[in-house]
Amino acid sequence: MSSIVILTIFVLSVFIGFEVVSKVSTTLHTPLMSGANAIHGIILFGAIMVADKSTTTLTTSLSIAAIVLATVNMVGGFVVTDRMLEMFKGKGGKK
Amino acid sequence: MNSNLYALIGLVVAVCFIMALKGLSAPKSARRGNLIGAFGATVATLSVFFAPGAQHHNTLAIIIAVAFGVIVGVPAARKVQMTQMPQLVALFNGVGGGAAALVSIVEYLSPHEKNTAATIATVFTVVVGSISFSGSVITFLKLQEIMTTRPVVFPGGRFVIAATLIGTLGTAVWVVHSGGNTPLLILGLLSLLFGVLFVLPVGGADVPIVISLLNAFTGLTVAAGGYVLNSTLLIVAGTLVGASGTILTRLMAAAMGRSLFGTLFGAFTAKPQDVAAAGEARPVKSGSPDDVAILLNYAQRVVIVPGFGLAVAQAQHTVRELADLLTAKGIDVAYGIHPVAGRMPGHMNVLLAEANVPYEQLVEMEEVNPTFPQTDVVLVVGANDVVNPAAKTTPGCPIYGMPILDVSQAGNVIFLKRSMRPGFAGIENELLYDAKTTLLFGDAKESLTKVVNSLKAL
Repeated sequence: MSSIVILTIFVLSVFIGFEVVSKVSTTLHTPLMSGANAIHGIILFGAIMVADKSTTTLTTSLSIAAIVLATVNMVGGFVVTDRMLEMFKGKGGKK
Repeated sequence: MNSNLYALIGLVVAVCFIMALKGLSAPKSARRGNLIGAFGATVATLSVFFAPGAQHHNTLAIIIAVAFGVIVGVPAARKVQMTQMPQLVALFNGVGGGAAALVSIVEYLSPHEKNTAATIATVFTVVVGSISFSGSVITFLKLQEIMTTRPVVFPGGRFVIAATLIGTLGTAVWVVHSGGNTPLLILGLLSLLFGVLFVLPVGGADVPIVISLLNAFTGLTVAAGGYVLNSTLLIVAGTLVGASGTILTRLMAAAMGRSLFGTLFGAFTAKPQDVAAAGEARPVKSGSPDDVAILLNYAQRVVIVPGFGLAVAQAQHTVRELADLLTAKGIDVAYGIHPVAGRMPGHMNVLLAEANVPYEQLVEMEEVNPTFPQTDVVLVVGANDVVNPAAKTTPGCPIYGMPILDVSQAGNVIFLKRSMRPGFAGIENELLYDAKTTLLFGDAKESLTKVVNSLKAL
């Protein structure tokens, strides 16, 4: 990929990131932080990518460690966010 | 798999993540948004096994590692008490940052031609990922109260931090210049150290802002990792989290009345504090559960200010019982919710929602503050910093400038506290010594149960 394409993707993503959360209410700060936290667990994708082509013991062990950490981040993140949000529904109120 | 199809799946996943963040910013769509994000992440993880050019080395080990991660992560997320959730999020964030740093290191160690741009991205990932990892571990220790929640400042601290920073930057240049492995190892270690030093001077009340900031850092780390691996998906996802995390950090800082700059560079400006000069025993007025019940019984309007102590004592249900009882007596009851009641913005709403407190009774700070002069009794349950007038009157104290609930405007203030111990920010509260303040010592749940019983007897 050429650098200019990557720069374009990066800049557009920055604007989307700014835009999508600009009107969030304080009530949702904690779940939103937790959800965004789960999303960067997508580094699991990268961890599997490097583990897949690793041939030495050192790089394999490091990438396996990365997979474990990234899975905890991703799966744990989504589960805990869901638990938090579960409590917001089913109340008598407007939310 | 065909490489166009593979790229298309990446695009779908990126769209899922955008929709997830969008969904999470509105209460109605939040849960669905999170599930869309989880769906996208699952699709991405499965697709990588079928990537064009996949070597299929270590497939079994990879699957076992993922399974192990699930076995660790899911029970932790399911079993954690809602009160301890902020530190769990911090920990998850930290391991994500660590994973991103490891991924870049592996790619760097793999035999292939190194180009300068990729090496710079690797350096960025290692530095920021390591800071995020060690910094998050420190925030975890602070929130779990394994270590002190006060700012940790030692003499000459700012010079040590500055030296570490310069050392880290110097080593970064060295790595890019030499392309060697030893410099990269040193760089990782220095960054870990910097992460620790960076978070240590942050006071308890500012920890949530730091978690949010480190979250944004990890996002950017993942984006840089995407550049190293030439993966559009990682670039987009990481950048989204980095950008939204930055905005969220600013919103949080604004909600708490903190300057982001002051929080971040606290490390460089913090001075050792004079610790509780007036630690002498001063007279306070303490009352019995019966006194409190009588005060409440003859009130017309009662505002309950819940704090972290309520959550720790698991008194949410008892406080709701008390509120129901008062409402039945025709007393106007509201909960005054400070934006950062609990440990993080919105944390208290989650905790009270767990106890089925009706949403209409939860009143935000801006709305409840003007009503305090018409309020007869304020019941402060396990809160301290959010009602501490020092935030207004004492420049230089760690919470100065934070908006507070003006409970001193009310007719009577009742504090349910375990002890005279100061709150999370570690500051003395003058309000405790005020003439209209009554203290009821003990575990919040036990005290509330006694108050409920005496109210029933009245």
